[in-house]
Amino acid sequence: MRRGPIAAAFRWVCDSSVYRSIVRHGVADTNRNRSLVVFENLFLHLHPVKVREKTLRFRHTYWLGGVALVCSLLLTATGVLLMFYYHPSVPQAYRDMKELQYVVDNGMFLRNLHRWAAHLMVFAAFLHMLRVFYHRAYRPPRQFNWVVGVVLLLVTLLLSYTGYLLPWDQLAFWGVSVGTNMAKEAPIIGEKIRFMLLGGNIVSENALLRFYVLHCVVLPVALLLLISVHIWRVRKDGGVQGPPEEPDDEEAP
Amino acid sequence: MSSIPPLDLIESRDPLATPRRVALVRPDIRPAVRRREERYVMTVPHLIVREVILVQVVVIGLAIAAFLFDAPLEGIANPLETPNPAKAPWYFLGLQELLHYFPPIVAGVLLPTLVVIALVVIPYARINLAAGPLWAGKGRGTALALGAAWGGLVVLFGAFACWPIVAPSLGIAGAMILARGGEKGGRLRRALARVTLPEWIMTWFVTIAVLLTLIGIFFRGPGWSFVWPWSAAPPG
Repeated sequence: MRRGPIAAAFRWVCDSSVYRSIVRHGVADTNRNRSLVVFENLFLHLHPVKVREKTLRFRHTYWLGGVALVCSLLLTATGVLLMFYYHPSVPQAYRDMKELQYVVDNGMFLRNLHRWAAHLMVFAAFLHMLRVFYHRAYRPPRQFNWVVGVVLLLVTLLLSYTGYLLPWDQLAFWGVSVGTNMAKEAPIIGEKIRFMLLGGNIVSENALLRFYVLHCVVLPVALLLLISVHIWRVRKDGGVQGPPEEPDDEEAP
Repeated sequence: MSSIPPLDLIESRDPLATPRRVALVRPDIRPAVRRREERYVMTVPHLIVREVILVQVVVIGLAIAAFLFDAPLEGIANPLETPNPAKAPWYFLGLQELLHYFPPIVAGVLLPTLVVIALVVIPYARINLAAGPLWAGKGRGTALALGAAWGGLVVLFGAFACWPIVAPSLGIAGAMILARGGEKGGRLRRALARVTLPEWIMTWFVTIAVLLTLIGIFFRGPGWSFVWPWSAAPPG
């Protein structure tokens, strides 16, 4: 047990009745309290109380899903801050980019962080999928979580893609024009889907507003729900799976 | 035909004994159940500490990148002025590259749909569950079926002159042939011999996806013509 004034103050806070009304367990110094930290926390509850020691090794998962998750948290934080400075209208959207660059304190840093985190998230999610595949972690009982993961990858791509239009510069406009022209080619429903997505026949102010709502509300909520299901099911399906183990103590079939 | 053993043999009378679970599972399809006992550690602090470190590493790394490199911003959007080439974001450039070889309905709708369907059904396809090494215990039949399937693919994509698909297909086919009977070969061949069919197919798909994307990002200039990366303006 540590001594000294800071440790004593820490203990005093942790033992106070106000703190204990919020967090019911004491300091996490016994296995019982360590378990309660997980049991009694909505977010940590996605974890099991105990994990297999082996799964903590770096080469087991390379932490790729974790990297994607951290990116999504960072993107939420920077995204909310960016929303304070952004109007989804033409031409104010583009002017806001310039404002971020020249007027807003650390505005450029904020936008950079959001952009690079978005790229990393797409990249990490893709690598995470490959890692899971080559470790054959999609096999029972994890089949459905693989499907959830595929949907998550698609949502990630859509999030990145809807965000791509928001700066309303040439890069954004033509990048999105190229993509939505592809959607047009789908038989029968293609034109209608494109019209619905863009709110018109070309990428316009309506498209900017629709992409903004999708990017800031609809898709993040979908992502949050799916990530929760995804991580919770990892726990329910027996924890993360690393490299498949040879059944070395099995009899040959 | 065995009768149930007396109760005290199944159920220990020792109140402190840990009950042991007995289950009959197929080892090839239930990865969650293992015969060996494993060491467990508490989530707090072992996992949580690592997660906190992960958050810090990612955030610090991205913050450094954000200090060093500025996000691109071009002139204000102008529907009347089409840049040449107009490129989608990098993760869609593989698809855009496909547009160069196939009619739009194939490149923009059919192939992406097929890829998504293929990804979703992976855990439900028997071939992916009971995956053993490609050639293990298989004879001429497998070789002929695979050869026909692969040859058909190469001819199909060759007809569209889609060499970024044809070249990796031939490369993977070569590696698969090299893997045949590779158990007695050198290190590379022994490693190849252990690769399963689903792994061959995924490796084939990923190689093509990466190749198409890289070509789309770095080797495409005005009118989607082939350019060297150093001769064109860097991609945005």
